[in-house]
Amino acid sequence: MDQKIGVYICSGCGIGDSIDVESLSSVAKDEFKIAKLETHAALCSDDGVGLIRKDLAAGDVNCVAIAACSGRVKTDVFNFDPMTVITERINIREHVAWCQPVGEEDTRMMAEDYIRMGITRIEKTHLPNPYSESIDKSILVVGGGSSGLQAALDAADAGYSVTLVEKEDQLGGYMAKWKSTVPTSPPYQQLDEITIQQTIDKVVNHEKITVLTGTTITKVAGAPGMFDVTFSKGDPKRVGSIVLAAGWKPYDPEKLQHLSYGTYPDVITNVQFEEMAKAGKITCPSDGSEPSVVAFIQCAGSRDADHLPYCSAICCRVSLKQAVYVKEQNEENKVFIFYKDIRTPEQSEEFYKKVQKDGTVFVKTDTSKVTIGEGSERKLCIEAMDQLLGEPVMVEADLVVLATGMQPATLDDPILNLEYRQGPAVPELKYGFPDSHYVCFPYETRRTGIYAAGCVRQPMGASRASQDGTGAALKAIQCVELTSQGKAVHPRSGDLSYPELFLQRCTQCKRCTEECPFGMYNEDVKGTPLPHPTRCRRCSICMGSCPERIISFANYSVDMIGSMIKSINVPDEYDEKPRIVALICENDAFPAVDMAGLHRLSYAPWVRFIPVRCLGSLNLIWIADSLSKGIDGILLLGCRYGDDYQCHFMQGSELANTRLSKVAETLDRLMLESDRVRLEQLAITDFGRIPKIIDEFTERLAELGPNPYKGF
Amino acid sequence: MGDNRKILVVGGGISGLTAAVEAAEAGAEVVVVERKPYLGGRVSQFNHYFPKLCPPACGLEINFRRIKNNPAISYHTLATVESISGGPGNYEVNVTIQPRFVNDNCTGCGECAKVCSTEIPNPHDYGMGNVKAAYLPHPMAFPFKYVIDPSIVGTDEGKACADACAYGAVDLAMQPATLTFSVGAIVWATGWAPYDATKVDYLGLGKYPDVVTSVMFERLAAADGPTGGKILRPSDGKEAKSVAFVQCAGSRDENHLPYCSGVCCLASLKQATYVREQYPDSKAYIYYIDVRAMGKYEDFYTKVDQDENVTLIKSKIARVSQAPSGGLLLEGEDIVNGGKVKQVVDLVVLAVGMVPGTAAVKPELPMEYDDFGFVVSSGASGIVPAGCVKAPMEVAASVQDATAAALKALQCAMGR
Repeated sequence: MDQKIGVYICSGCGIGDSIDVESLSSVAKDEFKIAKLETHAALCSDDGVGLIRKDLAAGDVNCVAIAACSGRVKTDVFNFDPMTVITERINIREHVAWCQPVGEEDTRMMAEDYIRMGITRIEKTHLPNPYSESIDKSILVVGGGSSGLQAALDAADAGYSVTLVEKEDQLGGYMAKWKSTVPTSPPYQQLDEITIQQTIDKVVNHEKITVLTGTTITKVAGAPGMFDVTFSKGDPKRVGSIVLAAGWKPYDPEKLQHLSYGTYPDVITNVQFEEMAKAGKITCPSDGSEPSVVAFIQCAGSRDADHLPYCSAICCRVSLKQAVYVKEQNEENKVFIFYKDIRTPEQSEEFYKKVQKDGTVFVKTDTSKVTIGEGSERKLCIEAMDQLLGEPVMVEADLVVLATGMQPATLDDPILNLEYRQGPAVPELKYGFPDSHYVCFPYETRRTGIYAAGCVRQPMGASRASQDGTGAALKAIQCVELTSQGKAVHPRSGDLSYPELFLQRCTQCKRCTEECPFGMYNEDVKGTPLPHPTRCRRCSICMGSCPERIISFANYSVDMIGSMIKSINVPDEYDEKPRIVALICENDAFPAVDMAGLHRLSYAPWVRFIPVRCLGSLNLIWIADSLSKGIDGILLLGCRYGDDYQCHFMQGSELANTRLSKVAETLDRLMLESDRVRLEQLAITDFGRIPKIIDEFTERLAELGPNPYKGF
Repeated sequence: MGDNRKILVVGGGISGLTAAVEAAEAGAEVVVVERKPYLGGRVSQFNHYFPKLCPPACGLEINFRRIKNNPAISYHTLATVESISGGPGNYEVNVTIQPRFVNDNCTGCGECAKVCSTEIPNPHDYGMGNVKAAYLPHPMAFPFKYVIDPSIVGTDEGKACADACAYGAVDLAMQPATLTFSVGAIVWATGWAPYDATKVDYLGLGKYPDVVTSVMFERLAAADGPTGGKILRPSDGKEAKSVAFVQCAGSRDENHLPYCSGVCCLASLKQATYVREQYPDSKAYIYYIDVRAMGKYEDFYTKVDQDENVTLIKSKIARVSQAPSGGLLLEGEDIVNGGKVKQVVDLVVLAVGMVPGTAAVKPELPMEYDDFGFVVSSGASGIVPAGCVKAPMEVAASVQDATAAALKALQCAMGR
């Protein structure tokens, strides 16, 4: 594209009062090759946008630099065809006019630098050239339990071809082994019948679904839209995306010797109890007799630092259900439930009340300290500290049921056997559950195009697991649809760029292949990266990682940000006008700076904000570029990292911090103080901290004195 | 197929937004209608999400950008559904748009607010602070447009606001409008309201200014809230360094909400961290029946419980009253340790339950409800309930549920 840049400067919203718009025009005209320049008192008005549209229509302009308000607002107005027009929003309202003193020289210089950086960004931007390959839109569902069946059915009902793989010979998962499920409809008193067979029938008879039972996955190669899946038997298949609904397994009761599992045959798990109930009759394994007293021990190995620290969410309700079975078998039977907290959320509180009314006795105790021993007449004796009575209690029961928790099926089996450089499994967050930004994006995994559903994702009950399958199916459909258009999935939904590598200069250092949070790169034997663009989430972390700077996007590159930095006008040291480059996360820190402007908070006029896709895209050359240009300090504003990371690319801000630890070396080489670079974790709502952060950094830089490279 | 490929999403909270962006990114055309003047719903009033303790504005920012970048999504604020006719694949919906008195020319410059002196109780802060009658609903509001309160329309002040606007954005003659949409499916995601805990009269809400609800407390901790994020007693502005959280304030109670709202325990644990983080010498007391921290959220409970200045006491609080020495006195039984609870604190936070939007107003749709007003089933494939109208649920569950709802709506609307 032969760029024809039009620069349109708005003087509305106080911009014209604060900044001499003429001087901005001069910068654009004198320092850059531009095709057109207009100023307007309200560029977002019909008249103002009309100027731009007219120039576009006449072919006078194909790149539009709008120096006005934040690019976060008026997006519906400044909306030009992204396939043919490069649009750059230069924020001289929130980031300059609203936060700096009116009419000052420093205010003007700040705005001028934003003009320089904005036009430079355009000069380094290319029109999108979407990655287009032949995309397969079929969906693989892994696991034939509640979640997997529903995912398969819903994807197929939406018109997509589905392959459902189940390792067992039968479909249905644990649900098919259950007698009934907890109440899900008003008045929440009656147990629900198991209806999984109806779902199985629909799946098996659906023309769009191929079912492979008794089959496991030996390999998944490729990428979204082109996953090549090899099975333990039968022909390989190509699919577009994957729902991972491999389910759960009960916590290993052999580890529950403190609760006498394995010591007494009449101590069993809730899973064993359920299977017995389903088979027809509840009996004591020791002698086949029908129990008249049954005790349930909740949190058997759950909420226990020595076993599973988490709660499996459903065990309380399961024990209530199983208490009903005991009473159904003989209404004279007695049931005791030993619990830490009864967890019956939502409407299931009604079921809890019913079971209480029907005579089940609840004993609040620390169930990890319950002792189970021999009682009288072949009974078991349970001793516990009743926390409500404040005294020890002793109960004799014929049968003790341990309410054991759930562990994800992926805990010790990668299941998908991904042919990814970063390993065969979906990366885990904790306890074997997949890593995701689970509040905002519950289905995502760190493997694009692979969505977790049901108990492999987190512990949940059957009805929610089935619903979860539906949601994951939507994500799988969305992935193939967006991928087929060359677009990214969330969080940068619709982004048409993708990483392009100049491999001739690659040194096989493997940083990109190791650092990509989404495992985008495989490697050849020499360690050369093999990109799989449809796995890419466009965070640009690889771009930041590359010491040779060979990774670029059409609309984002190392050269682009470096050139923007170099375009800043740096006065010499005698002017006593220091300069700070602030590289900031575009999703959180950038809006926070907008909010600082909205609140008319003021800060030192030396700072120049440059939004980056993710702080993880920080390439260390930008620090060198800044310092050799004479910039006095570099501020990095990114999201919180660590266990409760906020980064929507999971690891971006953490990686930036790691890279910074290496920057000291660069600074030493340049004979500069490492304090000239500072990283701060800033949340989107932390706008109030921005002046303090900038002013404190400015003070520190004053102590250090001007960058000695100034003027070189 | 024409217009019936469209999906109408009723409710612009986290469930509605999710259903909209997820369906649109899968190929549908979506219209969102929201009663309030901005999108984001109740999560936009929260300070942090549990358990990550991150601001909801961050995730909302991503969703808003997904909307801005996607021409397949349109939205209308101050919009309520008037009537619905037709059936699956072919609904006709009339939507009433209340006047904002500010049109699309608004740049968010705030000149109208400068000349406006009338203040109204700030709805975003549950009336705990005031806002000008020409106002931006909140700093991160999307759309980023001011609202003129009807109370100043027709007054000199309203006219002054109009005159102050250099962009002709204030339109005091704006009238309610009706829009008609032909859609294939409707996602019903009208959310929830906090239970009116003044009905639990022994807990003192409405009687003592220093008794607030959990949703109000979120605003007291929020940087853009009425106190700028400082946790202060409403009565006298003193720093609230001892805070009691009363769980099940009306929940799990036959006289009020018999069900459990599932999120309140975690919300109070989260709010205890606000107090502890802000004042190192603070104390938080949480009075509970059962601590319900389901699934992986247990880790969060464990973490907060490790703070020795956060005390969890199994107790149903029977009375909140003015302490003679100042502050508020909580009384109840200490169920585990025996004896009585008698605790004086600066501030009492009532953990109130969630009442479904469908409890008060039931749309003319073939949906079935339980006794509490939650939607238990939809009578038509084209009507898809999502989020807290179905059951109380936290944000992650709402996102999950709404994503599933998006596919159900898509199946019907796309006729596939």
